[in-house]
Amino acid sequence: MLEVKNLSVSINGRKILDCLDLTVRDGEVAALMGPNGSGKSTLSHVIAGRKDYTVETGEIVLNGESLLDLEPDVRAAKGLFLAFQYPIEIPGVATLTFLKASLNAQRKRRGQEELSTPDFMKRVKAVASKLKINQDMLKRALNVGFSGGEKKRMDILQMALLEPSFAILDETDSGLDIDALRVVAQGVNALRAPGRGFLVITHYQRLLDYVVPDSVHVMAHGRIVRSGGKELAVELEKSGYRDFNAEPAVA
Amino acid sequence: MSADIIQARTPAESLLASTFDESKARLPGNACVAKWREDAFKVFTASGLPHRRIETWHYTDLRSLMREALPVAAAPGAAILSSLRKEFAADGAGAARLVLVDGFFVPELSSGLPEGIQVRSLASVLTDGRSDLLALLASQDLGQDLGARDTIVALNAALMQDGVVIEVAPGTVIAEPLHLIHVAASPVPAAHFSRSALILGAGASIRLSESCHAVYRPGTVPASHANACLILSLGDGARLTHTAMVTGTVADSVRIETLVARLGAGVKFDSFALVSGIGLVRRQLFVRFEGSGAEARLSGVSLLGGREHADTTLFVDHAAPACVSRETYKYILDEEATGVFQGKIHVAPSAQKTDGKMLSRAVLLSDRAAMNNKPELEIFADDVVCGHGATCGGLDADQLFYLQTRGLTLPEAEALLLEAFAGELIDGLGHDGLINTFRCEVKAWLSSRPKALMPPAPAGAIA
Repeated sequence: MLEVKNLSVSINGRKILDCLDLTVRDGEVAALMGPNGSGKSTLSHVIAGRKDYTVETGEIVLNGESLLDLEPDVRAAKGLFLAFQYPIEIPGVATLTFLKASLNAQRKRRGQEELSTPDFMKRVKAVASKLKINQDMLKRALNVGFSGGEKKRMDILQMALLEPSFAILDETDSGLDIDALRVVAQGVNALRAPGRGFLVITHYQRLLDYVVPDSVHVMAHGRIVRSGGKELAVELEKSGYRDFNAEPAVA
Repeated sequence: MSADIIQARTPAESLLASTFDESKARLPGNACVAKWREDAFKVFTASGLPHRRIETWHYTDLRSLMREALPVAAAPGAAILSSLRKEFAADGAGAARLVLVDGFFVPELSSGLPEGIQVRSLASVLTDGRSDLLALLASQDLGQDLGARDTIVALNAALMQDGVVIEVAPGTVIAEPLHLIHVAASPVPAAHFSRSALILGAGASIRLSESCHAVYRPGTVPASHANACLILSLGDGARLTHTAMVTGTVADSVRIETLVARLGAGVKFDSFALVSGIGLVRRQLFVRFEGSGAEARLSGVSLLGGREHADTTLFVDHAAPACVSRETYKYILDEEATGVFQGKIHVAPSAQKTDGKMLSRAVLLSDRAAMNNKPELEIFADDVVCGHGATCGGLDADQLFYLQTRGLTLPEAEALLLEAFAGELIDGLGHDGLINTFRCEVKAWLSSRPKALMPPAPAGAIA
């Protein structure tokens, strides 16, 4: 379970998140929607442990443990995963080398044994084929020269291998064609489980046709301004965000 | 009014002068060589050790960095040779190997020379006086090329004790590397001056792999001042892949390497160097395209920490048309290390269709590390493609964050990125054994880095 309580965050003195509250229960898929600049990506990065931001008030609790003082890698070992809006290219690091380093680093932290190379390969191949990722891609440098769709599938592959207890998908649908969207959505749906929560950040309802959420939250001006069921996404698709875009009246 | 500034000799310069006076009668060579040495030493004394007011040595002020000179090493004794014999017998007897101990060629430690390769000691060549070999050996001292009259090359000519002269017959093709091993064996701090040459006949193709080897355990190696010169003459259509592992000396050591390469038509010449775990290193490369259609790829990685100082200075002279040169040098600088990259590309009026690209990239891991870049292009032809670039910076924060969110600790993420940064050039060497050797050296350096960048342990963490 992820609990964000009264979270206020600023960067260079500019407030981005403003007393934000959000709870996502185990097994729940929560969609986070909202106009550009409402702070959705900031929220995902702050949860994952990015240090560029100043947390002014509040706390972030994952499965009963406070995350704010922990390094990003410790948060990952505690079960948190962030699929990036723009997965980062890492020249010179072979994808397989990276996957193995990452998986074994987390296993070590969790007190599990490191995987042998054959066991690791077996696992990667099984997941890769489901996501239509070929062997050639795994041998290339991580995300370098990958298309937008390939990068997103690579992030989902990592999520499947790392088996987090909570995953944030930051605009995973952006830049995807309809076929790639379906592959990614199937990858996400395959990982839905009673013990695993998801926060799915998106601008559009389209992704939510494939990954059907349990709850939908609308974010504007750094806080959640409306919450509801999956029908809220349909309503937003029709009405747009104009009702939420106005600056709050200054008293 | 004008004033001549006459600099007082430093203690190092005085000792070098007395060393030359005392030893010149004993240094190998016929009368011509003795004259060459005298002339070279005059060049050296005229300006002394290079200092910051000498343009090409601006960032490596040897006058202040090398306060003292060390006595010249004696030829290795029997005890050292016998222990080295055991060591070399233990590792890979099959490899083709030439061994220089404190600058002296030791044929009995060398082995496995393939057919088509002939080797002589420099001392014997200087004494026999074969005119073509002497002309090649002295070309950098007497010629008019870029960087001629470099005082360090002159000092090397004056005091050169020994080295190897390797001749490869035309058309000889050997895939496995010929190893040239520089052993530091003197039990006391010592200086050595060596000069070697490799003459590759037309169409010949070999790999030359240079490395350093210390007799003493790390931490107990005596300081050394090495001044080594390697002269390459590559005949038309020849191919040479040269690698150099410059490692394993101590903090107050000085190593100056000069590489002179003359490339015939259609030559392919690659030269890669890894510099790590050194005191002060200056590598200066003088590469001259003398025939058309040749290609040279010069590259290197320097891994520096502590107060180490590594300088790579290139003089690439395009004197013939349609040649390609690529220069790519990378530096990783930690603590108070200093990196220097100077690259001068000269394109002669006749060298049309020249294609030259030079790049230096530095990653600075500490606020106190410094990098000096000085690219220079001098182009006198009008139909050429030439460019240069230089970057300095820290590791990419987005890449580090991405790797951390996947579970790697900050030091692990840094090591992965640094290994990738350094490894890119190594992977291009095209020989699995060499790739593995260089990769291991990079890994060893990364794992020995002080862990100053480790985030502080969270309060209450159990050690």
